[in-house]
Amino acid sequence: MTALPSRRDEAWRYSDLAAVAALWPPPPARQIVVRAGEQREELLRVHAGGIHDLRVDLGAGAALTLVLLVESPGYARVFVEADLADAASLDLGAVLLAGGDATSEIVTDIRHQGPGASSRQRVRLVVDERATGSCLGRIAVARGAQKTDAALSARALVLKRTATANLKPELEIFADDVQCAHGCTVGELDKSALFYLQSRGIGRVEAEALLTRAFVADGFTRLKAGPARDALEAATAQWLEARL
Amino acid sequence: MKPVPMLEIINLHACVGDKPILKGLSLSVGAGEVHAIMGPNGAGKSTLSYVLAGREGYAVTAGSATFEGADLLAMEPHERAAAGLFLGFQYPVEIPGVSNLLFLRTALNAQKRLRGEAEISGADFMKLVRVESAVLGLDMEMLKRGVNVGFSGGEKKRNEAFQLGMLQPKFALLDETDSGLDIDALRIVSEGINRFRRPDRGVLLITHYQRLLDHVRPDFVHILAGGRIVESGGPELAMRVETEGYEGIAA
Repeated sequence: MTALPSRRDEAWRYSDLAAVAALWPPPPARQIVVRAGEQREELLRVHAGGIHDLRVDLGAGAALTLVLLVESPGYARVFVEADLADAASLDLGAVLLAGGDATSEIVTDIRHQGPGASSRQRVRLVVDERATGSCLGRIAVARGAQKTDAALSARALVLKRTATANLKPELEIFADDVQCAHGCTVGELDKSALFYLQSRGIGRVEAEALLTRAFVADGFTRLKAGPARDALEAATAQWLEARL
Repeated sequence: MKPVPMLEIINLHACVGDKPILKGLSLSVGAGEVHAIMGPNGAGKSTLSYVLAGREGYAVTAGSATFEGADLLAMEPHERAAAGLFLGFQYPVEIPGVSNLLFLRTALNAQKRLRGEAEISGADFMKLVRVESAVLGLDMEMLKRGVNVGFSGGEKKRNEAFQLGMLQPKFALLDETDSGLDIDALRIVSEGINRFRRPDRGVLLITHYQRLLDHVRPDFVHILAGGRIVESGGPELAMRVETEGYEGIAA
């Protein structure tokens, strides 16, 4: 990809194109290769914007847990392109937190190339103020990739009605014995839950932070308990506290 | 000289949207007293509890409500809680992803901070949890789950009584605490309320039925109909409701 993308490119239709032009050309993709039968955990934390491409190759029976946290001002984009060989498994948990005038987006293209592979994508977007958060998630199942088991769950939480969330799941399936599920929801904080917390003595903003942390928690669940996970959770808590 | 009542409501008018629900409700509850408000569906019972607790969307158009002399209606919901007012919900809310323990510890410490008290230590908190949960038959595994998530109707009400025990408020406003409870759960929850009773605390029970009042004996009973108290009396008034129905009394 060398030409500067335009609004007509589907994968860039919600991008901040002025910011993209300033960042063009993007740095080369980070390669994540997990050899046949091996297992790995990878993290990416984006806090200073930019275009981040991840090129994932999973060998037969390989397993990757990929966890992303984007909490950045300005423009931040993560693109995950993955090829899954026979019986490989990919678990992607992504949390995007966007406030102010930030534009944060995640674009995925998860390609099941061999039979029996599984993929899980859990994307949680939180948008506040005038921010835009987008998730374009694609699952592609190649001819012959029977018994594919793929699921994409993308959920957006809109903290202020001036913010924008775009969610677009896409399935392309060329095999006939597969399970592919996708679910997208956009919502606000549950008012009755907020009142319940407040009625017990928790202030409005603290109550919002507690519910928002619960909302994004799904993104980090597959990460083993430890310093890495603690750091992501602390960064999330910090982002929420900064709203005070 | 009569002392200042804990909760004093004078000529309260409130709307939900454009619709007037409370139309001049007056009520005074003193320390050490248990009052029961009974009334037919749509009388304004739940509206009263939400107005007192400060829920959004319930607008007070006239009248006043004071708690220990302070203007209750001027406070934010969490400030009312810290002042000592506890609302037991008719339909406790499920909050996935926030455990009961995290929720209660956050609430307890938020209240303490607002009152200028020291926060509770982790060890003292867990000690309190063990004592209070044992009384209500809630096990620790349940308390580690999300707030009310997967709880049966009876377990949710027991959890309300558990929170009442944990937070130690001065005043309990209990909205249809008896609805959805079987006989055993009703007895357990009633014991929770009776343990809460003290000379320096007040209780306002909102209920449809006389059943709860067999277990928690009120000092005063009020009938709410059409947005105002139409009759007040002792426990015998609840018995009359049972035999004559609300229509007989309101007439």
